[in-house]
Amino acid sequence: MLEPFHPSMSVSLFSLALFATSLVAGFLGAMTGLGGGVVIVPALCLLFNVDVHYALGASLVSVIATSSGAAAAFVREGYSNIRIGMFLEVATTLGALLGAYLTAKVAGNWIGIIFGVVLLYSAWSSLHKMHDAPPAGPPDPLALRLNLKGSYPVGEGRQSYVAAHVPQAFAIMFGAGTLSGLLGIGSGAVKVLAMDGAMKLPFKVSTTTSNFMIGVTAAASAGIYLARGYILPSLTWPVVLGVLAGSLLGARALTRTRVKTIRLAFVVVIVALGIEMIYNGVTGRL
Amino acid sequence: MAEEAEHGLEQAMGRILQIGVTASALVVSIGGILYLAQTRGARPSYQHFQSATAQLTTVHGIVAQALSLNPAGIVEFGILLLIATPICRVLFGVVGFAMLRDRLYTAISAIVLVILLFSFITSR
Repeated sequence: MLEPFHPSMSVSLFSLALFATSLVAGFLGAMTGLGGGVVIVPALCLLFNVDVHYALGASLVSVIATSSGAAAAFVREGYSNIRIGMFLEVATTLGALLGAYLTAKVAGNWIGIIFGVVLLYSAWSSLHKMHDAPPAGPPDPLALRLNLKGSYPVGEGRQSYVAAHVPQAFAIMFGAGTLSGLLGIGSGAVKVLAMDGAMKLPFKVSTTTSNFMIGVTAAASAGIYLARGYILPSLTWPVVLGVLAGSLLGARALTRTRVKTIRLAFVVVIVALGIEMIYNGVTGRL
Repeated sequence: MAEEAEHGLEQAMGRILQIGVTASALVVSIGGILYLAQTRGARPSYQHFQSATAQLTTVHGIVAQALSLNPAGIVEFGILLLIATPICRVLFGVVGFAMLRDRLYTAISAIVLVILLFSFITSR
């Protein structure tokens, strides 16, 4: 089997390789909007021969860093809806507790298989262009009672919106939280599904509010990960710094480059990693 | 008026996230550099799971290790700062919505805060 990062490699070279890989993951993740966290776990497991639990720990920490960094900008620009975010965080944090609890019960191979399926879903959903469809029919009365509405900047003025299908979105968010806790990822694709697909929020509001929620969702599992010893300092530090630096550079490059080709290339990488995770899970190598 | 206060809460949340991430990245970098300076030899295997050293699985232990300038302890303390960042953001929500006299969202933010703290308390 090909083993680019041999066990006899020195600590400093190994840390550098981790940093560089994470930098690229963070860069592509931010540039394409798919998030760098989603490829960290497969990269650590498949490329660096790291146990899946350690990989989950390093990934979860990186997810908190990048999402909080990006959310800081979005929330100040007035795109994220802090009420909708906070309300749905009740569901995602409860789900994250369940997910983190399950990491100790579910075998590593199964985590790999579920991970692979989520990677394939993320790739598929990113290829479907989301569009801003106005919600059909009257707004959800529950949304009005819970004040799940707002407005966001469009050109000169502001466009207002009210959330639809609140119970469905809440249920999907619980699932998103569970996946986040189980897989050490932000599960942004599932969060966007709840807000764009179920609540019918404008796309820009969905993506930025999803990002706003990712850090809190991940923090709910982090306590459990820490207590279980999944978060190894020697492994995590180059990963978190690499992903963070990469995502800052990626967000900057986003405004200057045509993303389409890069996005497609990254989707191909994600599909390949997804298939390999499923394959390794099924054959019992994780 | 209410719009302005809302905007203030958004700004405060944005600010705390930015400060938390920056401080954490700084502490993790310092710990990482010290780790490289003090560690020689081949890479650790990481291939088989055994929990991180017991001192680094509790908040109390991590702070003690960081204070004794152990590189792993410093890195892990930086990671704790990072985990605390979104939790602080939720705390800002509880206080901010209370100041806006939005009872419903003060309660919702408080529920999220309790769930987050619960994950730290019960994971022992």
